[in-house]
Amino acid sequence: MNRRTMGKTVLGLAGAAIALSVGMGSAFAQEKLKVGFVYVGPVSDHGYSYQHDQGRLAVEKALGDKVTTTFVENVPEGADAERVIEQLAASGHKLIFTTSFGFMNPTLKVAQRHPDVKFEHATGYKRAANVATYSGRFYEGRTVVGAIAGKMTKSNIIGYIGSYPIPEVVGGINAFTIALREQNPKAEVRVVWVNSWYDPGKEAEAAKALIDQGADIIVQHTDSPAPIQTAQERGLWSVGQSSDMTRFGPKSHLTAIVEDWNGYYVDRVKAVLDGSWKPIDTWGGIKTGMVELAPYNPAIPADVVKMADQIKADIVSGKRHSFQGPVKDQSGKVVIPEGKSATDEQILKMDWYVEGVQGKVPK
Amino acid sequence: MNDFALIGPILAAMFAAATPLLFAALGELVVEKSGVLNLGVEGMMLVGAVCGFAVAVQTGSATTGFLVAALAGAATASLFAVLTLFLLANQVATGLALTLFGVGLSALIGQGFVGIPLEGLPKLYVPGLTDLPVVGQALFGQDVMVYLAVAAVPLVHLFLYRTRAGLVLRAVGENHTAAHALGYKVLRIRFLAVLFGGAMAGLGGAFLSMDYTPMWAENMTSGRGWIALALVVFATWKPVRAMLGAWLFGGVTILQLHVQGLGIDVPSQLLSMLPYLATVLVLVLISRDVARIRLNAPACLGKLFHPDA
Repeated sequence: MNRRTMGKTVLGLAGAAIALSVGMGSAFAQEKLKVGFVYVGPVSDHGYSYQHDQGRLAVEKALGDKVTTTFVENVPEGADAERVIEQLAASGHKLIFTTSFGFMNPTLKVAQRHPDVKFEHATGYKRAANVATYSGRFYEGRTVVGAIAGKMTKSNIIGYIGSYPIPEVVGGINAFTIALREQNPKAEVRVVWVNSWYDPGKEAEAAKALIDQGADIIVQHTDSPAPIQTAQERGLWSVGQSSDMTRFGPKSHLTAIVEDWNGYYVDRVKAVLDGSWKPIDTWGGIKTGMVELAPYNPAIPADVVKMADQIKADIVSGKRHSFQGPVKDQSGKVVIPEGKSATDEQILKMDWYVEGVQGKVPK
Repeated sequence: MNDFALIGPILAAMFAAATPLLFAALGELVVEKSGVLNLGVEGMMLVGAVCGFAVAVQTGSATTGFLVAALAGAATASLFAVLTLFLLANQVATGLALTLFGVGLSALIGQGFVGIPLEGLPKLYVPGLTDLPVVGQALFGQDVMVYLAVAAVPLVHLFLYRTRAGLVLRAVGENHTAAHALGYKVLRIRFLAVLFGGAMAGLGGAFLSMDYTPMWAENMTSGRGWIALALVVFATWKPVRAMLGAWLFGGVTILQLHVQGLGIDVPSQLLSMLPYLATVLVLVLISRDVARIRLNAPACLGKLFHPDA
């Protein structure tokens, strides 16, 4: 038997096996779509990765009879990520969500090798024929929170804990400050950078420092609930990040900016199932439900809740934009003129503070 | 708000920030005085942090939590002790491995405990004293662990320099062959010293997870174990200097956050670096004086000992 005939025999056998398995498969159920998820942190972080996993569970709940899902947690950004994504693609997953910025290049590399697999990369900007991107307009949530803070502050000093001075965080500070000063022109924002996404000790120290300087509301763009615990201990207000952090400070937690991927994930899986999937870029906000606010603290007065809901409604209807002109920078120069609002490009590149923020953006 | 009025709160925050460093550094100081270099402080702190937190959540008792944290730290340290003292493994490599092991083990134990809140310890309040301006909050408004850490400083000092046991421990660290010839059980003494170091590191870790930021998060010590190690050298193996070093480090950490909050235009990355820079600077200054290092560094530090050799 030479090589070719052996190949034929094997093919024949394989064909028979496929026919058999297809026959058996159809007797029971249609083959399910396999969907993979790659997380940068542990599912148990109750923050960023936790919220993505909630999205995966929502997919299982909504489409459980048509899909199976797999997830890999704690995947470091870099070479390891490529191996993990490749593994998912090679093991028959037809749709793979890679949920951290640092997975961008690994995702594209694997996507090139598996043109029949569809990829979704969170918070990145590189797309391909089989790679879509998605992210949230979290600054919209910060507009709502800023307005609430403007009504709730007594000392007129807001303490803001930043992770890294990247446009997403700087834009969040600006959106917050604009809304804050619309309600309360005397209020100012003090920013402390901790240069980390997750360092409970340092975040608590930053919260303490800001409180000691007179801040009576602590806002954070870091992921640990430590600042909320600190604010609760001092009997002051705080705003959570990524997920509802009420249980860490029920008396302190005003609300939180919650990332909600559930709707998006279900929609995208559906799109693959019905063949309408396209490699688009999605930047969803409050309107699409990607950005949500955690339940308001019952201690917030009814008129403030009403105002917050109105702002949310106006953002959804398009009547209001987080960066609606006139917006002045710290020197008083008008950067976004009256009648205009910031373009997506301007928001994605924001590296300056609006009027009302103390200090300078670290370069 | 008057910026001068910030001195009180900065002092108060400084003492609290220094506490985990002080616990770990005092423990490691005793270990090194006995002639053993254990680089696994970070790992032992993490194991202590997660075990203390888990037990405190289950039992609702902070005292039990801290006790278990100390035991867990000591148990982790005993691994190191067995490997380096009895199996004669390289101390540097084993210590590094212990840190990696502690990071992984604590994450595994802690899986079910992420996202669970815990009450911190109550703060002391002495009417009149706690309300004193500037120093009131710092001196009379802390919780029990902060005071315990400070109280441990004179105790460790007295033990090392005023007791027979301390003298023997130092002798073992200076010249283990001579100590052995005099009939002292070098390995047993070192074993106990390593256990003490583990227990103190465990307490330092538990202070973080049960009190400072009462929650469990993977890798929550964020390098404090390494700072504690540096503090021991920084202090030239003297307990009181270790305390001053811990305060300096805590103080610079807190101060840089205040500087940012006040909007003073200094790069935040530089400010974040300041505490480490201060440590390096002092290390350099001390190291210039070779005699001082020689006088205080245990001569047998990091050297393996075999009683039959």
